Amino acid sequence: MAIDQLEAKLRPPAVELAPYPSKLITLASGEKMVVREARREDAGALLGTVYPLLAVPKDYYDIVAARMYSEILGWFRYRVANEFVIVGAVDGVIAGIVTSRHVKDGLGMSLHTLTIKRGLRVGAQLFAAKMEHHIDYLNEDEVHIVAESPIGFKRWMIEYELEDRSAQYPDLRHELGGVPTFTLTRKLWEAVKSAKCTGTRPVPAEVLKTANKLTMPEEYVQLPGWKRGS
Amino acid sequence: MAPRIGIVGIGHCRFGNSSEYDLVDVIAYSANDAFLDAGGLQLRKEVDQVLVGNMAAGLFNHQTSVASALVSRMDMEPCPAELVENGPASGASAIRLGYMAIASGMADVVLVAAGEVMRTVSGWEATNIVATMAHTEAEYNMGLTLPGFAGMFTRLYMEKYGMTERDLALVAVKDHANGARNSYAHVQLPVTIEAIADGENANVVNNYVAEPLRMYSTCPISDGSAAVILVNMDSPKAKLFKNRPVRIAGIASATDTHCVHNRKDPLVLDAVRLSAEKAYKMAGVGPNDISLAELHDAFVIFELLNSEEVGFFERGKSFLGVRNGETEIGGRIPINTSGGLKAKGHPVGATGVSQVVELVRQLRGEAEEGRQVKDPKYGMAVNFGGFGNNVVTTILAKD
Repeated sequence: MAIDQLEAKLRPPAVELAPYPSKLITLASGEKMVVREARREDAGALLGTVYPLLAVPKDYYDIVAARMYSEILGWFRYRVANEFVIVGAVDGVIAGIVTSRHVKDGLGMSLHTLTIKRGLRVGAQLFAAKMEHHIDYLNEDEVHIVAESPIGFKRWMIEYELEDRSAQYPDLRHELGGVPTFTLTRKLWEAVKSAKCTGTRPVPAEVLKTANKLTMPEEYVQLPGWKRGS
Repeated sequence: MAPRIGIVGIGHCRFGNSSEYDLVDVIAYSANDAFLDAGGLQLRKEVDQVLVGNMAAGLFNHQTSVASALVSRMDMEPCPAELVENGPASGASAIRLGYMAIASGMADVVLVAAGEVMRTVSGWEATNIVATMAHTEAEYNMGLTLPGFAGMFTRLYMEKYGMTERDLALVAVKDHANGARNSYAHVQLPVTIEAIADGENANVVNNYVAEPLRMYSTCPISDGSAAVILVNMDSPKAKLFKNRPVRIAGIASATDTHCVHNRKDPLVLDAVRLSAEKAYKMAGVGPNDISLAELHDAFVIFELLNSEEVGFFERGKSFLGVRNGETEIGGRIPINTSGGLKAKGHPVGATGVSQVVELVRQLRGEAEEGRQVKDPKYGMAVNFGGFGNNVVTTILAKD
């Protein structure tokens, strides 16, 4: 699409980000989850996957889904600077999504983590993949992180022992809601990486192929009785 | 001579997250389920005694007098009602006291309902609350939690008997396979040995909780309830219930030192062995007569240790039996056919009653397809209070 002058002014300045190499994780159930960076052609399936969860207040799915919907749309329509989306898929079906963005040299800002397939630590694996991308591939030294649910707070702030800088830098606020931010530093990442982050590379071609075209889940444990298309 | 006492009604909810519900409603759900199973809600009026098993409603739910609340919620006044607290063995202790109430002649029909709603608090806070069962000065105040204790216990067992982390994972694989077929289980998800032990990603997928215990060596934090109706089988009231009773052939408890460090050998669970010996004697049976067992496995090491203390395996050999498939359904002695605490879940106060409900389902032949033990005669449940210091063993018989 040709970008006219006005559209160019509407878009935030962007830098070319290093790609995130795909990996394969065997979940506890034995299912194989491909973790890969989302592409523009995935946007429809991603948005369609997130949308039904707007109706789930439990565990703050509604607010996370609403914000993530906006983030994916913003990414797709070039309205967020340097955003990336990573997706986990089991047999091509979307199991979880994470969003994040590169702020500037050395600094990243984590946006959201949405677990679709629950009970297998899919969200934990995808959050770790997001941090892996920030620090190991985008070469950032720090990632600012906040949580919007108690589960998120437990998983990220406590399990990663993130630095709480709210007292030291009370004016340093995360883009999400202006909450004082927590920070994952390179040092903290190196300390927890072996226990938190896994995945096999390269992904065998025949397995990677299953995640080439993403499929929306037909059902959600978060929405008992709900079925896509019904 | 003591009357014959049997179970004529069972009730159970699906374990999981019920934190949006009131504790008393959660317990009433299973109690009503038990009456429906026994022949109808009108049978509430035949109950002479209500006993409620619960460990820590005061801490988890800021609620006390749960037994009084339950009879009122179920429109069962003026039936006598008391709460029974024995840590995670509260449920089995309530059954035992129900048995004693009938044996004493003071009651013919007893409702035992038990439940816990733990997920009102974070996992850390729940672990802290459960840890209050440890010795205050010598253990709790030193920072010991049950996972920490069990981790040390597991390490000791590994060093002494040569068990590996993979052996622990094999127990989890077996329990999850059973739990995946149990409609009441919290975690209805089979796991594979490749994914949680052998594979390249296993170290992260099955992360350490309290080394050497990993996530799949540890029970989830669950909400839930279960209920049974006990009846004097020789009483005219027994005929009011539609189900043929499953008889309580033996029920016994024993205690051990509160401080684990006061035991001669921390790997020897005297209270389990002694309660089992008493229950065997009362039932007139031995380990070889037991068709299946529900053994308290808040941590999978307990399943192994308990199976040795009750005589299914020699000391230090239980994990070899697991390797050989002896504890699987269809094996020599199926253990934790429900999925155990590991997969079914462990709402602490409810667990003892839940174990007995599973035995009744099995002895009636009502377990789900793929989970039913073939033609069982006797079932055993071991419910662990504290760190093995207050244990109840129950043996049920299909007459």
